[in-house]
Amino acid sequence: MSGKPRLTYFNGRGRMEPVRWLLAAAGVEFEEIFLETREQYEKLIKDGVLMFQQVPLVEIDGMKMVQTRAILSYIAGKYNLYGKDLKERALIDMYVEGIADLMQMILVFPFSPPEAKEKNLDSIKERATNRYFPVFEKVLKQHGQDFLVGNKFSWADVQLTEAILAVEEKIPAVLSGFPQLQAFKVRMSNMPTIKKFLQPGSPRKPPPDERYVETVLKVLKI
Amino acid sequence: MSGKPKLHYFNGRGRMETIRWLLAAAGVEFEESFLETKDDLIKLQKDGSLLFQQLPMVEIDGMKMVQTRAILNYIAAKYNLYGKDLKERALIDMYVEALMDLNELLMSHVFQPADKKEQHFANMMDKATNRYFPVFEKVLKDHRQDFLVGNHFSRADVQLLEILLMAEECKPDILAKFPLLQSFKSRISNIPTIKKFLQPGSQRKTPTEEKDVPKVLKIFY
Repeated sequence: MSGKPRLTYFNGRGRMEPVRWLLAAAGVEFEEIFLETREQYEKLIKDGVLMFQQVPLVEIDGMKMVQTRAILSYIAGKYNLYGKDLKERALIDMYVEGIADLMQMILVFPFSPPEAKEKNLDSIKERATNRYFPVFEKVLKQHGQDFLVGNKFSWADVQLTEAILAVEEKIPAVLSGFPQLQAFKVRMSNMPTIKKFLQPGSPRKPPPDERYVETVLKVLKI
Repeated sequence: MSGKPKLHYFNGRGRMETIRWLLAAAGVEFEESFLETKDDLIKLQKDGSLLFQQLPMVEIDGMKMVQTRAILNYIAAKYNLYGKDLKERALIDMYVEALMDLNELLMSHVFQPADKKEQHFANMMDKATNRYFPVFEKVLKDHRQDFLVGNHFSRADVQLLEILLMAEECKPDILAKFPLLQSFKSRISNIPTIKKFLQPGSQRKTPTEEKDVPKVLKIFY
């Protein structure tokens, strides 16, 4: 056993991508096992490895962790990316939860029927530009600091960076009204661990394609 | 200002109920401001009180907190209901996240369209009895302790009790095959702060009934 965290998920972004981002941002190397078949998944369940019969699964520090938020909170706590006290934690939690709601829309998008896709894309654009991005633009403008919370790099910065890039993939000009977020994006992208993660050959996964959608539906029997 | 936390929501369970449970379990008195109409929501949004234009919102310790999980995490940590270290937190988080998934199913039932209700109910019951309850029954069986994590009362115990009672409201004999969950239910219900919350006249809310659904939908949609 290598001692590195081991991630079990489909070979694609889905609910595991924020975990990959956070580990990478923390400079933590990890291994991955990719679910390709229904049989693999059924074996995991039979072996009792998935507490609630679901992935993501992250084996870390002797635990078989499930539930995305539990995993992310543990990593953030362990690598000091969760603020210095309860109040900073509260802010970070509010921010990452808001971003998670936006990311949920992106997560389900590839699985929506073709006739609903245009409307769903409009919803993502509407929420990003009217509900979520304005909040973070204002936060950065008001304190003038490099990072969202406590003048220190945290889980919230990683999550926001991931979300900005994910939305930009779908709506390239989405940051046009948000100069602070544009500068934030550049700043975060240049942090050494994140810069490395953004380079080809990293564990970062490409946007979901048809093959990914088919694999998920087949393995989970949806 | 009273210094007590103040909860802003409609007069019903929804996403605020788990917060009411946790505050009550911690012995913390709180005030509530109930939204009745869409205009009430719009006013809060226009005041800039809602970070992402949404409820729940809890005014606590000088913050206007939003996002259910952020609020629950803050209360749990403040009142020492979140384990003693990172690893206990991790266990608690895994348990409460699963319970929140089940809560979503239970909570959303009354809002399902008529033609989907029966299937939704079947799915809820299946998940409760085959995916979630067996895990907690086994946890209690394996360590034989009174509480789920670290032999110490935590938010996981509060949230599990909340879910057990909600599930029983849907199907009274749902715990028939889970003897340890039955004794857990009795044990945790008898903790003084929780016992008080379970009595009539407390701030615990009743299930949203079908007749109330249009009113709730009007506020939020």
